[in-house]
Amino acid sequence: MTAESREMTVQAPAAWIRLVTDLAVPVLAVFTALAIGAVVIWAAKANVVVAYRGLLEGAFGSVRNLTETLVITTPYTLAGLAVALGFRCGLFNIGVEGQFYMGALCSVFVAYAAKGLPVYVHLPLALLTGALGGAMWGAIPGFLKAKLGAHEVINTIMLNYIAVKTVDYLVKNPMLDAAATMPRTPYIQPSAMLPKLLPPYRLHAGLLIAIVAIFVVYWLLWKTTLGFEIRTVGANPDAAKYAGMSVTRNFVLAMVLSGALAGLAGTGEVLGLNHNLPAMFISGYGFDSIAIALMAKSHPFGILPAAFLWAALRNGAGLMQLRAGISIDLVNIVQALVIVFIAADEIIRWLYRIKRRKEEIREIVFTRGWGR
Amino acid sequence: MTETTKARFSRLRALAVVFIVIGLLMIVIARLRIDAAQVSILGFEKFGRQPVPSQLTVTVCGALCALTGLAALALSNARAAGASLAFSLLLVLLGLLTALAQGASIDLVGMLASSLRMSTPIALGAMAGIMCERSGVVNIGIEGMMLAAAAFGFGANLFFGNIWIGVLVAILVGGLMAALHAVLSIRFKTDQIISGTAINILAVGASGFLRRAYLVKAYFVGQTLPLIKIPLLSEIPVLGSVFFRSQPIVYTMLFLLPLLHVVLFYTPWGLRTRAVGEHPRAADTVGVNVFKTRYINVIIGGCIAGLAGAWFSLETVGSFEDVMTGGKGFIALAAMIFGNWNPIGAFLGALLFGFADALQIKLQILNVPLPYQFLGMAPYIVTMIVVAGLIGRATPPAAEGVPYEK
Repeated sequence: MTAESREMTVQAPAAWIRLVTDLAVPVLAVFTALAIGAVVIWAAKANVVVAYRGLLEGAFGSVRNLTETLVITTPYTLAGLAVALGFRCGLFNIGVEGQFYMGALCSVFVAYAAKGLPVYVHLPLALLTGALGGAMWGAIPGFLKAKLGAHEVINTIMLNYIAVKTVDYLVKNPMLDAAATMPRTPYIQPSAMLPKLLPPYRLHAGLLIAIVAIFVVYWLLWKTTLGFEIRTVGANPDAAKYAGMSVTRNFVLAMVLSGALAGLAGTGEVLGLNHNLPAMFISGYGFDSIAIALMAKSHPFGILPAAFLWAALRNGAGLMQLRAGISIDLVNIVQALVIVFIAADEIIRWLYRIKRRKEEIREIVFTRGWGR
Repeated sequence: MTETTKARFSRLRALAVVFIVIGLLMIVIARLRIDAAQVSILGFEKFGRQPVPSQLTVTVCGALCALTGLAALALSNARAAGASLAFSLLLVLLGLLTALAQGASIDLVGMLASSLRMSTPIALGAMAGIMCERSGVVNIGIEGMMLAAAAFGFGANLFFGNIWIGVLVAILVGGLMAALHAVLSIRFKTDQIISGTAINILAVGASGFLRRAYLVKAYFVGQTLPLIKIPLLSEIPVLGSVFFRSQPIVYTMLFLLPLLHVVLFYTPWGLRTRAVGEHPRAADTVGVNVFKTRYINVIIGGCIAGLAGAWFSLETVGSFEDVMTGGKGFIALAAMIFGNWNPIGAFLGALLFGFADALQIKLQILNVPLPYQFLGMAPYIVTMIVVAGLIGRATPPAAEGVPYEK
């Protein structure tokens, strides 16, 4: 047996252990968060078992509930991918919410205003405009960071507020459907609608786009030079610069791609689900997607299960509220706790005595002060 | 000339050119868009209302603004140039107010007073940020600390029937949230941006839960902290109604401001704090307890953020609404950067944002032909411009965001 092959046999079982320990932390984080959630439910004088059974049934109890969970999984996956892609370049894109809005805004305009186009032109066009809208909104903080050193966290948050107000203005004024009782845009043309996957249910082809996007992002990050540069800048911008890569160009590029994914998430909601854009288009996907990306450790393949879990929490919350009289905000608390436990995985490791592997290092660092 | 002072100077120069252009634009706009017969009434509270010709006033303001801009270009001293530019900014604001008040009246003293009021949570938040960041901990969770404090402070007000206990609880909750941030980022060495985000999300969840589970069931109270007129001082013209006819949290902010300045720059504690934020290893070597210093600073900062939260629910509105802090915690961070991590500078930044806020409210009342959504964007756009325009000038504490390993 050569030294090389011995190494192989030693490493093969290690890969399994690696997977188990990699999964252990997020699973235990969710478990611990739910346990603390149970304490909150108990403190609010409600029945824990009834509440969590409601949560479970609401998420998976019937074909209808399961497809609804998948409907929510769709934007979560795309938005989670957007945050993860930013993370890989060392950027913290909190602006997914705003990019989501801008994507929805741009796509709905093309989808209702362009008339008489065939499906194979109109639908891709609407999707593309949505992605472009998000990309444009993401490019602004990327550019400000790259050229002026302004921290993307503040700028993306500010752009969230600005996007919400812009959508509010446009939907209530130039894009308003005068016939509607609630302020919203006109309905989109059938030629721009994403087809339904299981007709009586609301599940639409956006899910397929999200799944394709997972593979595209994986391919981009790990199989192309572009992705290699993005990851190098994220891991160590000084080293990247030393190796001749343009840090500023990669910052802008990563924010544009991240924004495009977020815009696509908003686009899917408009073209597949709402078929119009209401002024009250509150999504909350932006902040949830941060949690999803963290849970997935910013790996594209981890995004789908994390997004599914989050969608299940969100979808099940309604029935939980109905059954146990517990406010759906409980889900927010559980979610925040999961982030805390995953971000500070030392807590979980300490609680359950999981040892850190020696070669494990921090892959991504965000906190570099304000714009240095 | 070193690289940084050069960069600083060219930034000032660029700003001066911007002001010269704005000044010239004001003159042109006054000529073209303002009717020569139009009169703006500028109110000075009880000293009466002074009608001024709109066109002439805007023209004069514009000309003076261009002149001060030119002066800033000519001055070789960076500090003097900066002061000159501050003057240009004031002239632009005065011209803007005059132009907007044509055919109507605008109370300048009232505007100042409401700017101060609106800037209070921002200034407090910025002070909280300074406490944390001077000791080397980045805190983007101020928004969440404020929000949780606003909700729980109001809850305590309902529960105990005493608004002062409400304020106290708000301060404590702010401190508690900060303690969580401190433990995560100091003990567990979590990435501080992620930890701050977790605090923000937790605050949205916890405050929303509290509101729907308990607060909505209680009847609407609407009680706010009392307006306190300080005898004699409140009779001083202008200053009296801007500073000495306010509510308790505004006073506290005005008191904390010089206090924090003195503590940071003239006491051993402040020196230790700054040392820990700049070079923790060196501070440790000479016997400063890095962890303890950071814990205490972050938690006190959180208490200040909690007070800012009380401003929303207990001093201004008298109830709690979901996400009522509306991004003020993030704007506070921009004010902190604007002030270069100095309390007084941060306060001036906060005043600028407070003014933007007061102005957009005033404009909505004046029925200016601009959609309210665009007016509402003003504070956010100002924040972006400030962060983008001034960050190159700002020098954050060197050890910021880096967990200390003993």
